[in-house]
Amino acid sequence: MSREINVKDITAAITNLAISSNRKLPDDVANALTAARNNESLPLAQTTIDDIIKNQQIAADQKLPLCQDTGMAVVFLEIGQQLQITGGDLTEAINCGVAQGYTDGYLRKSIVSPLKRENTNDNTPAVIHTNIVPGDKLKITFVPKGGGAENMSRLAMLKPSAGIEGIKRFIIDAVREAGPNPCPPIVVGVGIGGNFEYAPLLAKQALLRTIGSKADDEDIAALETELLTAINKLNIGAQGFGGKSTALAVHIATAPCHFATLPVAVNINCHVARHQSVIL
Amino acid sequence: MSDIILTTPLNKEQLQSLKIGDKVLLSGIIYTARDAAHKRLVALLVNGEKLPFELPGAVIYYAGPSPTPPGKVIGSVGPTTSGRMDDYTPALQDAGLAATIGKGKRNQSVIDSCVANKAVYFAALGGAAALTAQCVKEAEIIAWPELGAEAVRRLRVENMPLVVINDTNGNDLYIKAVEA
Ligand code: SF4
Repeated sequence: MSREINVKDITAAITNLAISSNRKLPDDVANALTAARNNESLPLAQTTIDDIIKNQQIAADQKLPLCQDTGMAVVFLEIGQQLQITGGDLTEAINCGVAQGYTDGYLRKSIVSPLKRENTNDNTPAVIHTNIVPGDKLKITFVPKGGGAENMSRLAMLKPSAGIEGIKRFIIDAVREAGPNPCPPIVVGVGIGGNFEYAPLLAKQALLRTIGSKADDEDIAALETELLTAINKLNIGAQGFGGKSTALAVHIATAPCHFATLPVAVNINCHVARHQSVIL
Repeated sequence: MSDIILTTPLNKEQLQSLKIGDKVLLSGIIYTARDAAHKRLVALLVNGEKLPFELPGAVIYYAGPSPTPPGKVIGSVGPTTSGRMDDYTPALQDAGLAATIGKGKRNQSVIDSCVANKAVYFAALGGAAALTAQCVKEAEIIAWPELGAEAVRRLRVENMPLVVINDTNGNDLYIKAVEA
């Protein structure tokens, strides 16, 4: 038995997600920022995170985006294999929702052609990742990803001999080199394994995991804790002004890789770690 | 630690008294400019043509706001990454630009130019863009409206929260923080 869903409903959902995800942080991110504030002893770090927290309330009250950089629209779709999408082209429907949301929500249109740098004027196209899953539902996750944090992300094809120490060094170096630029406190998404294009995707997906949740694998969970501790000793701190709040979380996703390779990707998200999902 | 109150136009004495890590509340006139506007500003400067605003004593804010919703002065307007403007900043400071506002690291030539010209680089709060919008009391596009978010805007701000990153003595808060 299959279920039908009209592309119009998908467009409407994307429009709503574009606007609301840009105005409100996920609860886990907001809570992590409050915890970071309470953990700080440096006055400049305290007042800096206070202002970051205040910004959330102002954005909600004034119906303004949390950040002026309302990002490139990254859309994850989990499409149930018993679902039939009707009434038009899925990709078009998504881009239509992005254009509508960024226009109606007074969000910034930041997408340009790569060489001539000409603005597309409606923040399209979105970057769309689809996954076919069991069931008859459609899960849409909308991630507005800002340029500042994306620019500080890294991919390395390490030698397998680099091992766990090489992986740790690469991740910590990426955060150190990023310094104040990606608007810390950051969320560090890491993809280990897969291949050249899959590791960064794992890293981006890792950013969506609930802050405070544990990785399924015990060794990975321990590695996340170790890295978070090391990163928060770098003293970059909120906005790079110093202090303990360089990162709110380190999330690692892994996948098997070819025995000649060790891909590692680090995707950094800023404290405006936006994402929102809906199930249709 | 009490905040230092500054009002534009900024003079060299005020700027020389600032130290890295100082918190400042800035009021007065500032101008937004990002990558595309900087390219044009420096081209005008090189050709000896008139700029859309007077450089001596001026403050540039690296920012491209989100669109202004009806009934508001401006949309959200936090800083963008300053490093992309590093190649342009020394020439503008040589011509009198007093201060720049953005987020993130500057290169050595900007730091040296801050010393030589008694100029200061401030950080605004990256990502706290709705909060910063509340400090903007007037906003007007004064050049290159075709650049959209990247157009040059004249903003009148009140008590805009800033932190001194590079002072006139060659110090850098970002470097000092990680050395601590
Ligand atoms: S890195 Fe994030 S918080 Fe900083 S300006 Fe970009 S989108 Fe905004």
